[in-house]
Amino acid sequence: MYPHPAPTPPTTDDDSTALDHIRSMVSACIQCGTCTGSCPNAPEMDMTPRRMWRLVILGRLSDVMASRTFILCSDCYTCTLRCPRGLPLTAAMEALKGIAFARKEARHRSSRLFYEKFMQTVKRYGRIREMAFMTRYFTAMKSPMAPLRFAPLGLKLIGKGKVEMGFDKSAATPLDALFEKVAALERTAADSLEEENHG
Amino acid sequence: MKYFYYPGCSLTASAREYDLATRALMTAAGATLSEIDDWTCCGASAAAPISDLLALSLSARNLALAEQTATDGQILVPCSACYLNLKKAHDALHNDAEGRATINDALAAVGLTATGSVRVRHLLEVLAVDLGAAGLAPLVTRSLAGLSVAPYYGCQCLRPYTEFDDPERPVSMEPLIETTGAAVYTWEMGARCCGASLVSTQPEAGLERVCAILKAAKAADLIVTVCPMCQMNLDAWQAKASGMAGEDLSITVLYLPQLLGLALGLGHHRLGLDLNLAVKKGFFEKIEQA
Repeated sequence: MYPHPAPTPPTTDDDSTALDHIRSMVSACIQCGTCTGSCPNAPEMDMTPRRMWRLVILGRLSDVMASRTFILCSDCYTCTLRCPRGLPLTAAMEALKGIAFARKEARHRSSRLFYEKFMQTVKRYGRIREMAFMTRYFTAMKSPMAPLRFAPLGLKLIGKGKVEMGFDKSAATPLDALFEKVAALERTAADSLEEENHG
Repeated sequence: MKYFYYPGCSLTASAREYDLATRALMTAAGATLSEIDDWTCCGASAAAPISDLLALSLSARNLALAEQTATDGQILVPCSACYLNLKKAHDALHNDAEGRATINDALAAVGLTATGSVRVRHLLEVLAVDLGAAGLAPLVTRSLAGLSVAPYYGCQCLRPYTEFDDPERPVSMEPLIETTGAAVYTWEMGARCCGASLVSTQPEAGLERVCAILKAAKAADLIVTVCPMCQMNLDAWQAKASGMAGEDLSITVLYLPQLLGLALGLGHHRLGLDLNLAVKKGFFEKIEQA
């Protein structure tokens, strides 16, 4: 059974708290490089995963944030599977994405908008409506070129009747209450963590 | 065989043929699927980076809905990303008392509770284990002999949870494919990542993954998949991938239940075969001649 990672504390303005959590996830790293050798996306990365974990352990947040390495993680879980120390490396990659998005790192803007707009669509409708999602994403990107890359595929899918156009409004189940409760619970957890640290 | 059914968002839109073929095949195999009423998104790969608790709560909402109907049921999930998210929520609810309490605090906002008593199972697991080649064989009415099929498993039905197959050298599709009379194409890419959402967010990296897989499958007649994200990456971007590679990488890509459905003699329309984006000219004629 895959060990379930402990819930990540929400990212606050105090970045060291968030990085501390990721550091604790990878602190047993022995720098063997199995993660790098296993990663299908390593050729496109500007820093190997092994090196990035070292920088995380050293607390060098700005060097990590300047890299594209964690953004290029496609959640294939090969490194997590093979890590001889059994570290939750894919979950740590996801947590690094979370820090970059919370800091609104300019370098990772388009990925952040893609994730954020996706979740806004889920919050509003309960399910992903591809047209609503892509419209939000392209609007947020403010780049006239952004939709062009997807246009041929979009037309193909529409031609096949494979795009949820949003006509069936009755099926919507807004999830605002769930999203807001999660945010409230995380604020409480962050406050108590802060009290612990300063108490 | 009786299952709750969680189609997930993709199967209502871009992967409609996967939904049609799954329902048609499972019905033909004598299974009953009851779709979870009012199911919502599992969070995909977008929720976890933003909030772990949000990701777990979104998936747990669906488990809670199923539990209301039958506490000891099983949920059949065809999408690998949905499968992984529901499984993580099940794991947190079932094995971690603190996690269960926090998730239920969140679910209280929508008037639900979950205990993690309902099992989460991928379609491939159900086909390979519950139905199996022995269950499939008596249903086969048409041989697919002469076809060479490249089984593509992808990632998240195999890893990190290793429930029913080898996570690096998977074989669970092979007996099913062989039962249709088709041959299993031997290759090394069956468990290698398709690039997932990188194809949309970081196309220069994502399309390299697609290219590598399509190149390796060139000598096969078709690729079969068990995930809408893998399917989309491998069938919708073939022209782009061919341009990058400087060679024609076009190949037929079907969902596994579509291939098995063909061997059962189910009609093209029932299997959604008119909805696929990559079916090579002459592919169906080749099956007719088999």
